[in-house]
Amino acid sequence: MRYHTPTSFEDASAIAAAATGVTRFLAGGTDVLVQLRSDFVTPDDLIDIKQIAGVRDITRRGDGGWRIGAAVSGAELAEHKALTAEWPGVVEALELIGSTQIQARCTLVGNLCNGSPAADSVPAMIAASASVSVVGPAGEREIAVEDVPTGPGMTSLDAGEVVSAVNLPPRGEGGGDAYLRFIPRTEMDIAVVGAGVSLSRDGESITAARVALGAVAPTVLLVEEAGATLVGSTLDDTALAALAKAAEAACRPISDKRGTVAFRTQVAGVLARRAAKIAYDRAGA
Amino acid sequence: MIHVSTTVNGDAHEFLCDPRETLLDALRDRLELTGAKEGCGTGDCGACTVLLDGRPVCSCLVLAAEAKGREVGTVEGIADGEDLHPLQRKFIEHAALQCGICTPGILVAAKALLERNPDPNETEVRYWLAGNLCRCTGYDKIIRAVLDAAGEMREAT
Repeated sequence: MRYHTPTSFEDASAIAAAATGVTRFLAGGTDVLVQLRSDFVTPDDLIDIKQIAGVRDITRRGDGGWRIGAAVSGAELAEHKALTAEWPGVVEALELIGSTQIQARCTLVGNLCNGSPAADSVPAMIAASASVSVVGPAGEREIAVEDVPTGPGMTSLDAGEVVSAVNLPPRGEGGGDAYLRFIPRTEMDIAVVGAGVSLSRDGESITAARVALGAVAPTVLLVEEAGATLVGSTLDDTALAALAKAAEAACRPISDKRGTVAFRTQVAGVLARRAAKIAYDRAGA
Repeated sequence: MIHVSTTVNGDAHEFLCDPRETLLDALRDRLELTGAKEGCGTGDCGACTVLLDGRPVCSCLVLAAEAKGREVGTVEGIADGEDLHPLQRKFIEHAALQCGICTPGILVAAKALLERNPDPNETEVRYWLAGNLCRCTGYDKIIRAVLDAAGEMREAT
């Protein structure tokens, strides 16, 4: 295995594009190094992006949104008060992953690019309309987070492409988000179901809403029909029932040791409702 | 082999390592700092916890090469010479260890907690240490020792 420490994303991309064997990018290593240690994936080229300037920076964008460097850890994100105040759902989703020790290393980008349908931060990022900046041999592009995962362990990124940052849009007035997951214990487990909701209010009325579900399909799902049930409502019981029904209808889960198809489907509706209530309250605060 | 210059417990160190080598293996086998233990080797048990730039990490999930230019803190750096840290004394007083394999990682993680939060409640201690598994004590003695040490450290300041 060759260990590379490029100092620019262009160099990182060039190393990956020229590589002929198995290539992995290293930020926090909480998936890549587990796979390496268990002989599941042994990269020929491991490209550590942490020597690149700005990868651990959280910066306010010109449009009022945020740019989160690809190597910003869960602990660093959670300590950022201004971002946490605007996007508590995204922060709480990343914070749910692993232990204190894992939080010091795990990243949003790693969680996304690992491609797990149960990735906690991904439904929250999709609900938040987050995008990623990608550097590749053909230059730079921006991709919506929901367009990155294509199946378990797979992404739409081309060979030689590397994610440089996560972009969050401006939160704006009257906005709120939330993420909830179900696990059979209180800490240190993989989501049986996850639900992210982000919405905007004008007074009591919801003007925009996005709902995303994790662990109920081969990829994290953006459920546009579920978001649409909330728009124009005041999150009354009728809207909540329609939300749950739309969330359940989108589920295409598997049965495994964590939960059955029927259980996951029902819990998706329950969590979507609960997350919507939290997001609604935060939006009104 | 990769040449790594790093700081461990305040002292400058240099070593050569394989690209696949973990920080845990480099600490134990090259620097002879055997306090950090390998339990699971996959970041689940916390026995290998060390500080990397002041934050607790599983050193089994850090490459030795990543330590280049960074500050590493291990359990060997907690006591002040022969004087045990309050956490270490309280672990002995409360019998918060039996086999001792998990203890170095828990001490490193607990010290990091108390530096951030000198007055944690029981729930906060339990969540902070959720990534440090102990198969002997049932955790209660560990939690009591950390809370007791926190109290003593608050009185001392």
